Amino acid sequence: MDTIRVLIAKPGLDGHDRGAKVIARALRDAGMEVIYTGLRQTPEQIVDAALQEDVDALGLSCLSGAHNHLFPRVVELLREKGADDILVFGGGVIPHEDIPGLKAAGVVEVFTPGTSTMDVVEFLKKHVNK
Amino acid sequence: MYDQTKLQEIKQRASDWQEKSVAKLLAKFPESRPVFQTPSGIEVKRLYTPADIDDVDYLETLGFPGEFPFTRGVQPTMYRGRPWTMRQYAGFASAEESNMRFRYLLEQGQTGLSVAFDLPTQIGYDSDHPLAAGEVGKVGVAIDSLKDMEILFNSIPLDKVSTSMTINAPAAVLLAMYIAVAQKQGVAVEKISGTIQNDILKEYVARGTYIFPPKPSMRLITDIFAYCSQNLPEWNTISISGYHIREAGANAVQEVAFTLADGIAYVQAAINAGLNVDSFAPRLSFFFNAHTDFFEEVAKFRAARYLWSKIMRERFGATNPKSWMLRFHTQTAGSTLTAQQPENNVVRVALQALSAVLGGTQSLHTNSRDEALALPTEDSVRIALRTQQIIAFESGVTNTVDPLAGSYYIESLTKEIADRAEEYIRKIDEMGGAPGAIEKGYIQQEIQDSAYRYQKDVEANERIVVGVNRFQIEEAPPSGLMRVDPAVAEAQHQRLAALRAERDGNKVAQCLEALRRAAAGTDNLMPVILDAVHAYATLGEICGVLRDVFGEYRAPDIL
Repeated sequence: MDTIRVLIAKPGLDGHDRGAKVIARALRDAGMEVIYTGLRQTPEQIVDAALQEDVDALGLSCLSGAHNHLFPRVVELLREKGADDILVFGGGVIPHEDIPGLKAAGVVEVFTPGTSTMDVVEFLKKHVNK
Repeated sequence: MYDQTKLQEIKQRASDWQEKSVAKLLAKFPESRPVFQTPSGIEVKRLYTPADIDDVDYLETLGFPGEFPFTRGVQPTMYRGRPWTMRQYAGFASAEESNMRFRYLLEQGQTGLSVAFDLPTQIGYDSDHPLAAGEVGKVGVAIDSLKDMEILFNSIPLDKVSTSMTINAPAAVLLAMYIAVAQKQGVAVEKISGTIQNDILKEYVARGTYIFPPKPSMRLITDIFAYCSQNLPEWNTISISGYHIREAGANAVQEVAFTLADGIAYVQAAINAGLNVDSFAPRLSFFFNAHTDFFEEVAKFRAARYLWSKIMRERFGATNPKSWMLRFHTQTAGSTLTAQQPENNVVRVALQALSAVLGGTQSLHTNSRDEALALPTEDSVRIALRTQQIIAFESGVTNTVDPLAGSYYIESLTKEIADRAEEYIRKIDEMGGAPGAIEKGYIQQEIQDSAYRYQKDVEANERIVVGVNRFQIEEAPPSGLMRVDPAVAEAQHQRLAALRAERDGNKVAQCLEALRRAAAGTDNLMPVILDAVHAYATLGEICGVLRDVFGEYRAPDIL
């Protein structure tokens, strides 16, 4: 089995990175190759990084309430670049009622407060075709 | 502390007790874990006795409230005089809506204001900046210019109410706006009272709303110290913060250590900039977290006061007793709120708030039950405020100062936290102080490691989170959560367009040019910023000039 490559990204102005870093480390501990973008990434920067790093999956973290704008924009840009085989998932402070809209926009799963890191590991192992 | 003969007898009897009564019971009923620890890793014994605090010299280490080393409190009468300031962090959407929430909270009995700004404002962008898309008004109020600020404080007399503003990189600009609002209200500027958070070091390691690199950021901070020492005697120039460092994953010992290390860096920077320590130190303030382990938190606050008083007196040679005092605001720990069974958060917050009160806080924000998922509704924030009022007016804990003093456990923990924090501070000193330690990534790594350990403990059920890894229920997702109307972004855009049309564009250009020159030089920036603010230059325009001159911070990659 090839190693799963994941980009963990912080789109927008949100500075809360505890969750993103914990997830990134847990994925690494589970044997995946993880790149973390750091804060203040535009959707364009995130998509460029995802392509450059040739990742299988892209995790977006947002706790500032800007997810409805930022997450679909990332998916849109990936599609424009012909990279819609990259699995997009999200997490952060995201109201339950926003999740269907995000999924419809192409975010495959959204992990909300109380998520275990193992849930994310299992999700990626299951959904990334390697 | 104790008569040594008596103490020997106590030690002997304690030993007998362990060997007989305890051993007998353990043989039948083991304890629930082999070792008990506080979340910061301090071992918690089965029982504490006078023997555990024999080396604590009451007069040297505890003393009296309002006197060095302030372990027991910064003020002789504490809450017998008046309760802590009840100061709920609030703000969202437009200045009008936030103004209504401020007035609601004041009507419901809160005694100070605390302003939450949205991320574009905190990062020096106007609401129509491309990077503001999706963010306007979401985590706080959108303030683009003095015009918004005037609306924010409509019908709120700035000589009667003190205001804390959670603003860091652009703190100078928001302070200038607040001063300008006071001036327009006809309030004497030297009367205004409040705080700006203005703590850039913790932004680099825990909170993320930095703009400029460290050197110019420190210059802005020391300019503010100098300006306020001359013009705003009632204003707290900084709120040196541990809250966010804790939220990012640090434990209680680290929270104290990293916060005080940051404090040391600010004091040193101000001294290096030519300020006399006693001219600004009395107006430094702090901001701590009230987390879950009740007794560790109480001890933590006491340890922090003790350590800071020694740092100011012995390390920096301050002679004004006010310079030795650690005055602080507390917020209950947001990261401990659960989305699952949110009513339980009311209980969590009550306990956390109580620990802050027993720890002698000057000011307190209590989180609302729905804040794991959204900004608080009016009903939710009212319960949070009532929590403080019940503690203050019903519980009786305010009737004496530092009631937990003398507890063998509390004094033992206080000493242990102080010792461990001091060790960290020594280590950080060797790295060149907080700025050096941040550059090396040391503080960030410590925080991250703690965060990861905490999560692993939760997932291993070593640490219980009620409703999340134990006592779960099937529940429908919550309803009635607050949402910020996205129309606020468009409204701000229009407001900005109108502002640009009606203000004196030449005056603005002149002010921005004066700012540019001053920023490139060494003059205190507050007066030129105040001029620009009065001319209705926008926050984005002012910060844009500063970005040009100072550059932007590039965070190192640390994972």
